[in-house]
Amino acid sequence: MSTALRPARLRPTDLARIGTSGLRARPARAILAALGIAIGIATMVTVVGISASSQERLLRQLDELGTNLLRVSPGDSLFGDQVKLPENAAAMVKRIDGVTSSSQTAETGTTVRRNDLIPEGISLGITVQATSLDLLSTLDGRVRQGTWLNAATERQPVVVLGAVAAERLGMTGADAQVYIGDRWFTVIGVLDRMPLAEEIERSALVGFPAAKEYLDHDGHPTTVYERSADEAVESVRTMLARTVSPESPNEAKVSRPSDALKAKAAAAGAFTGLMLGLGAVALFVGGVGVANTMVVAVLERRREIGLRRSFGATRAQVRNQFLVEALLLSAFGGGAGVLLGALATFVYAQLNALPAVVPLWAVGGGLGATIVIGALAGIYPALRAARVPPTVALTQ
Amino acid sequence: MNVLEIRGVSKTYGRVHALRNVDLTIRKGEMVSIVGPSGSGKSTLLQIAGTLDRPTSGTVRVAGHDVSALSDSQLSALRARYIGFVFQQFHLSPALSALDNVADGLLYTGLSRRQRRERAEAALQLVGLSHRLGHRPNQLSGGQMQRVAVARAVAGRPPLLLADEPTGNLDSEAGAEVLSLFRTLNARGITIAIITHDTEVAMACPRRIRVRDGLVRSEVS
Ligand SMILES: Nc1ncnc2c1ncn2[C@@H]1O[C@H](COP(=O)(O)OP(=O)(O)OP(=O)(O)O)[C@@H](O)[C@H]1O
Ligand SMILES: [Mg+2]
Repeated sequence: MSTALRPARLRPTDLARIGTSGLRARPARAILAALGIAIGIATMVTVVGISASSQERLLRQLDELGTNLLRVSPGDSLFGDQVKLPENAAAMVKRIDGVTSSSQTAETGTTVRRNDLIPEGISLGITVQATSLDLLSTLDGRVRQGTWLNAATERQPVVVLGAVAAERLGMTGADAQVYIGDRWFTVIGVLDRMPLAEEIERSALVGFPAAKEYLDHDGHPTTVYERSADEAVESVRTMLARTVSPESPNEAKVSRPSDALKAKAAAAGAFTGLMLGLGAVALFVGGVGVANTMVVAVLERRREIGLRRSFGATRAQVRNQFLVEALLLSAFGGGAGVLLGALATFVYAQLNALPAVVPLWAVGGGLGATIVIGALAGIYPALRAARVPPTVALTQ
Repeated sequence: MNVLEIRGVSKTYGRVHALRNVDLTIRKGEMVSIVGPSGSGKSTLLQIAGTLDRPTSGTVRVAGHDVSALSDSQLSALRARYIGFVFQQFHLSPALSALDNVADGLLYTGLSRRQRRERAEAALQLVGLSHRLGHRPNQLSGGQMQRVAVARAVAGRPPLLLADEPTGNLDSEAGAEVLSLFRTLNARGITIAIITHDTEVAMACPRRIRVRDGLVRSEVS
């Protein structure tokens, strides 16, 4: 008789079924063994998810605000004193090719206080600035309460507060009085937040004529804002310093406020290595847990292994069974970890009004990592299982 | 044709000589008992006959295949196709129904799950348990559990059935049931070798193999 002896291939579905048989027999142990991996993956997915969500919000904001705003201010001269911009700097900038709007503001050097009992030195970090009337349209700002300045009120002792300034002064509505310089000003409006011009958020704004009249200001602007077509930003940028400060163009400082926001977005996207490291440690510990569980399982199931060998299982088939079991155990932990991480990200995003983002690469990477860990954790126990002699079926 | 041919087989465990120069032939259709005192080498003989272990020296042929020439995976294939085992402790999985326990015995034969379950059902019918397909082992009597184990051993229709004290854990009534089952199977053409301490089982077999101190002697009743 010479029929060739070739072991039958174990079907993948059968391999999966016997790979889960050990897990199904002891579900509590399987859950505990997978817990470490679940925690590790959940930590990593959450870290990545939260930073991606923060970044997404900033990027969306950037999209909304545009990147075509430039800001120019006089630098310090060689002798250390501030160079002044010409009184009509905004009008000069408007003549540059490609500029669609431009406005100017000037620091007045005085402070705004809630009443006349507070000493003038207390600024609360709020700057009192003179502003041109078109500032809001250039910055794309909005009035939250009350009104903006107009041709009449820019001459009167009235003030519009930036969002942060209003908060610090405790002004919840318009029509209050604040003390600026040495007299009362009426608050006629409060502005919305302005992410591209945070210095305006922290300002109390009066008209240029009013600043001259009541605050003894000389009318020279300290900052010019301009917007241009997107394509013109670079060419405008090269012209800007020369236009506002022809004598010392090198000292004028030109900046692009959206760059700061971009840097912020990049920083938000760069999740902290420390948290990721913690996740990696948990993952490693989880992998050791899986390996340990599998070693114990092999010791406990020697009889089962011998029995399977008596049925005709090859060493490779026994090895694969335990390898699959380790992989499934690990993947089960990884899947649970991804879900937990996504859930944590979602909750965090909800609480912080962020758009919840869990990058696909983080999900794929997490699951991929668990597959690798499962294989590494499973290989030694699986090889041990394959070495269990078939005779244990008879002797144990 | 000889289902099993053992020539000059010895097996030593360190300094223990479990089998000494054993010759034994079992022909197709035979039903033999293997008897002998404890520690005499009966289980060792069965392990070697069942290709679960290799002899220290000598040759073993199962269904014509020289075992020493086969690799581990070829041996596995040989076990899957030619040999069924029955153990004293039944070795049933407590988590599985009778049907699934029997079907799992066919896992390594290459049959589909459906075919395995069909054959398992037929085997359970053969052992008189078609009304217990869905029962777990803990819902069965000892005799029924051993019949499930026998069904598992024969579901793949192997030519050779090897049993190591199959009635050792059973009371006499259940033992008699299992014995009559073996006779039925033998009548259907399966070659059977049974290790036993039970004289009733031993007497029921037309041929007895006596093992003592690793030496084997055949006698016909
Ligand atoms: N794996 C092993 N390692 C060392 N010695 C062994 C091993 N297996 C069996 N032996 C020894 O070989 C001899 C034969 O053992 P075996 O199990 O074949 O006896 P047996 O006839 O089946 O006994 P029993 O009736 O008690 O089951 C005994 O002395 C036993 O101690
Ligand atoms: Mg024995």
